[in-house]
Amino acid sequence: MSAVLNDETKKVLTTPLVNDNPITLQVLGICSALAVTSQMSTSLIMALALTLVTAFSSAAISAIRNHIPSSIRIIVQMTIIASLVIVVDQILKAFAYEISKQLSVFVGLIITNCIVMGRAEGYAMKNPPLESFMDGIGNGLGYSLILIIVAFFRETLGSGKLLGVEVFKLTKDGGWYDPNGLMLLPPSAFFIIGLIIWGVRQWKPNQVEKVEFKIMPIAHGEGGHH
Amino acid sequence: MEAYISLFVKAVFIENLALSFFLGMCTFIAVSKKISTAMGLGVAVMVVQAITVPANNIVYHSLLKEDALSWMGIKGVDLSFLALLSCIGMIAALVQILEMILDKFFPALYHALGVFLPLITVNCAILGGSLFMIERDYNFGESVTYGVGSGLGWALAITVMAGVREKLKYSDIPAGLQGLGITFITAGLMSLGFMAFSGIQL
Repeated sequence: MSAVLNDETKKVLTTPLVNDNPITLQVLGICSALAVTSQMSTSLIMALALTLVTAFSSAAISAIRNHIPSSIRIIVQMTIIASLVIVVDQILKAFAYEISKQLSVFVGLIITNCIVMGRAEGYAMKNPPLESFMDGIGNGLGYSLILIIVAFFRETLGSGKLLGVEVFKLTKDGGWYDPNGLMLLPPSAFFIIGLIIWGVRQWKPNQVEKVEFKIMPIAHGEGGHH
Repeated sequence: MEAYISLFVKAVFIENLALSFFLGMCTFIAVSKKISTAMGLGVAVMVVQAITVPANNIVYHSLLKEDALSWMGIKGVDLSFLALLSCIGMIAALVQILEMILDKFFPALYHALGVFLPLITVNCAILGGSLFMIERDYNFGESVTYGVGSGLGWALAITVMAGVREKLKYSDIPAGLQGLGITFITAGLMSLGFMAFSGIQL
């Protein structure tokens, strides 16, 4: 294994986790990150599906990268991605029907998930298949990480459960925890991701964006006295 | 008629694509820095949505749905698994055609929208609209209403967002929240506001 995972591959695999996370830094693939995270089970399936699609589409596109005319490359990439997504969608319908119903259109939306297209266009078109595959896995994992963190907070605080198993005993069952209904509603996902971004940027200050306008501190002892 | 009006209101406000289904978020966050560009993109999305949803509706109902091919004498064929591929193909093709038509006949509009048109193909709001149309089994009339309504809702959301962000850049925000972080929090607050509509009974 160590022969396969040389330094370059390792770098490609691990930088997207925190240092170059697709969601918190590259601002890609946010749509589904927000929509499926009200439960842990759906987020895990979604994370897995996206990681596999990104990895295999990057590998496939990278394998034929020298034969794709650049004028029609978007269509070619999209066809490959869409075919992979159809496979994933059919597998989910066959083996996890309940979850595929809950995910509804969001499996199909992997096609337009910017992470998949972004990695295909930005990395796979310039690099050999194995590295592209690893890059796909790495970015998929970066995405999964955020999804799992958000889903963890939303499901435990919103319904007192994790993966359907009771964590906090709810007041209506005679326990102590009063579920926070807001966590199951759309806005909470925005707040949690916003706070995650804040946390990551406090930890890694080089990710902080430049300010357009700086508010000057009030100068004391000057002016104000007539 | 009443059913169409209520579907329209539902598509614009209650089930707003951007703020309650999080569709088109990448562009929503990336292109909402100025009101004028946000509005241009919003209009483009609305136009494309109003064309692609009904077009996909026709293709789905006459070719892909179970037993849809019976008018050709072929029975028992279910091609609905191809819906994803046909939808995205249709969207890519229509956006391309729209771009050419605008370039030829409405050059002023083309230059105003120019940059955003190709972006729209990969906007999840467009594909999402078509997929919701399939999932909810809308007929043709409903699909036209839904297409226009959901596009308008998205345009409204991104314009409001740009308005807020234009003011926001003068405020004193903690360094870590600068830019992306505060944008998310703002979107969350807007989403809370839009949730007020969900109490409306139609």
